[in-house]
Amino acid sequence: MTKSLIYSLSFHVVMILLTVLSLPFMIRQPVDLPPIISVELIQITDKTNIPYAPKARKVIEKVKEEEKRVVSEQAPPAAKAKEKPDRIPLPKKQDEKKELIKKKQNPKEVKPEIKQVSEFEKKEVIDTNQIAALIDKAKKESAKIEKNEKKLSQSSVKNSFASGLTLSEEDALRAQIFGCWTVPLGLPYDDDLLVRIKLDLKQDGTIRKSEILDHERMNKPGQKFYKVLAESALRAVRICQPLRVPQTGFEKWKTIQLNFNPMEMLKG
Amino acid sequence: MKKVFYIFVFLLFKINLAYSLIEVDITRGNLDPLPIAVSPLHVDIQSENFQNIKAKELGSLISSVIEKNFKSTGLFNPLNKDAFVQKPDIAHLKPRFEDWRLITAQALVTGKISINDNKLKVEFRLWDLAAAQEMAALAFTTTPSNWRRVAHIISDKVYERLTGETGYFDTRIIYVSETGPKTQRVKKLAIMDQDGENTKYLTLGNELVLTPRFNPTNQLVTYMSYFRNLPRVYLLDIETGIQEVVGNFPGMTFAPRFSPDGKKIIMSFAKDGNSDIYTMNLESRLVERITEDSSIDTSPSFSPDGKYICFNSDRSGLQQIYTMKSDGTSAKRISFGNGIYGTPVWSPRGDLIAFTKMKAGKFYIGVMRSNGTGERLLTENYYQEAPSWSPNGRLLVFYRETKSGKDGSGFSAKLWSIDITGYNERELKTKTDASDPSWSTLLSK
Repeated sequence: MTKSLIYSLSFHVVMILLTVLSLPFMIRQPVDLPPIISVELIQITDKTNIPYAPKARKVIEKVKEEEKRVVSEQAPPAAKAKEKPDRIPLPKKQDEKKELIKKKQNPKEVKPEIKQVSEFEKKEVIDTNQIAALIDKAKKESAKIEKNEKKLSQSSVKNSFASGLTLSEEDALRAQIFGCWTVPLGLPYDDDLLVRIKLDLKQDGTIRKSEILDHERMNKPGQKFYKVLAESALRAVRICQPLRVPQTGFEKWKTIQLNFNPMEMLKG
Repeated sequence: MKKVFYIFVFLLFKINLAYSLIEVDITRGNLDPLPIAVSPLHVDIQSENFQNIKAKELGSLISSVIEKNFKSTGLFNPLNKDAFVQKPDIAHLKPRFEDWRLITAQALVTGKISINDNKLKVEFRLWDLAAAQEMAALAFTTTPSNWRRVAHIISDKVYERLTGETGYFDTRIIYVSETGPKTQRVKKLAIMDQDGENTKYLTLGNELVLTPRFNPTNQLVTYMSYFRNLPRVYLLDIETGIQEVVGNFPGMTFAPRFSPDGKKIIMSFAKDGNSDIYTMNLESRLVERITEDSSIDTSPSFSPDGKYICFNSDRSGLQQIYTMKSDGTSAKRISFGNGIYGTPVWSPRGDLIAFTKMKAGKFYIGVMRSNGTGERLLTENYYQEAPSWSPNGRLLVFYRETKSGKDGSGFSAKLWSIDITGYNERELKTKTDASDPSWSTLLSK
């Protein structure tokens, strides 16, 4: 009886330990807390504050109205009114802005407010950039490319639900690799030349390990074009590193698969 | 019980790794030429001169030829040597990849030259700078005067390794050299390297010559010339200079070409206003009639496997392109667009047929699949014709004439080449005006 009790207890302890250890997202939850995201957003605001001021202004003001009560506790209303225009960053006066804020307000209390502002700005910045990039490319390509765009966005949706990457994150990564990949122009366009590369990434986006999934095909006779394409894809990934990966959720994207398929481009 | 427990524990750990793999489709890239650095070859030679060749300069000369070849493809962008930071001898042993990557190079060619026992030895290596590894390494030994060919062979090897296609640099082009005013042109057979160097004339210019074509070994040339004011097909041995009339036809023969095995010549024979296609076996001298139609059948060209022939015919009214089996059966029309089609040539790859098209007063060079689908017009001009394929089926060379005044002033004829994608159209420099080009196969197979 005692033995059974000991077995039962030890088994339960082991089970609890295993459950805690093997379900890390339960522990990692705090990692995704808003403050960490906010820090990241401030950096983006500093870099990209050019064409989005009108939109951002509306959002900022809306947020400020909601937060009015909190702000008024930190500083007199008059001072706050003066600061308003400064919160919408202008390209050449960022340093001055920061100084003003420091003088007029308690930095510790201002900080979260800036974070919130930039969080909205980030959404605007990333989306607009992405759209602009897509429009530029669309200009260069024919109507066929529009089809590709649709396909891409469909796959993005599929992936973002499946993997947790947002559309913007996936598009940013894709756009980065587009720029690095010099497509070998001599490839035949009617062959099946899909190259799949599996990457193990470090947290900073550099490559720990790269593997061509169909690497045995490279050395088969009559597969010269596949080999050339695979080498060009590997070259692109290496040139591109560090890859533009999200700053959070490392566990989700530490292993990633890139499918290189130039066929539609070569046909067009 | 224990087993069940272990399996259970294993599965629990497995949950930790159960994030779905992120897949990203990359369907576009940039179409810029590949940046490549061609380092001057390191010269390991003591003497300044060797057999009237400036040995010390050979390294730079060979790398310049390679660079020029790459530039001409439109697929590579050779980088400026002024930006190179590593010396050729060290770069050839072990390049500092970071330094080369700094100048945005993705591939690097290095090499070394030495002369032993009156033989020139040239080594070269191709490096993948992103992967920091060697992609190819070869050495060639030849006579020093052959240094240009070595440069072309190195270009071919690098091209093949980086594109997957065989190269076309170690090749020659035969053409009709033209001099004098338009009304009194002197036409000679001329041969040159594909980059325009080493031009040699094969005939004196006493007789008009047209449509020269290489045989598969590049030793024989067939062309049309005039014998007693009658156009006849000739055969010329390039090495010996011996020429002979092909066959004993009681009329005009023209538009000759070799079969892919080089054993037959296919040509048109015209008599009493009708023209049909014939072949003549060069060994047995047997003549075989291939078409028998009341229309004008001409410009025959074999498919690379020798089983089919494409030709043009006006049997449907206007001149169009047809294909048939090599015995003349199963002829079928494959061109159906507006305009007149001529000079069909089967690609060495076998997938495409190049042609000249005349439509609305303009001349076009185009390609279509061998079943007639997928017609694409690559280039348009006032007057251009006679496309000929590069040995890898990637480029077409043709000639283009300019419009002249009533007195013939302002007239010129030049060779041009174009990629089958329609890009990289460029003039091939020749010493004189030129027409009717024909590309050889690779000299070093």
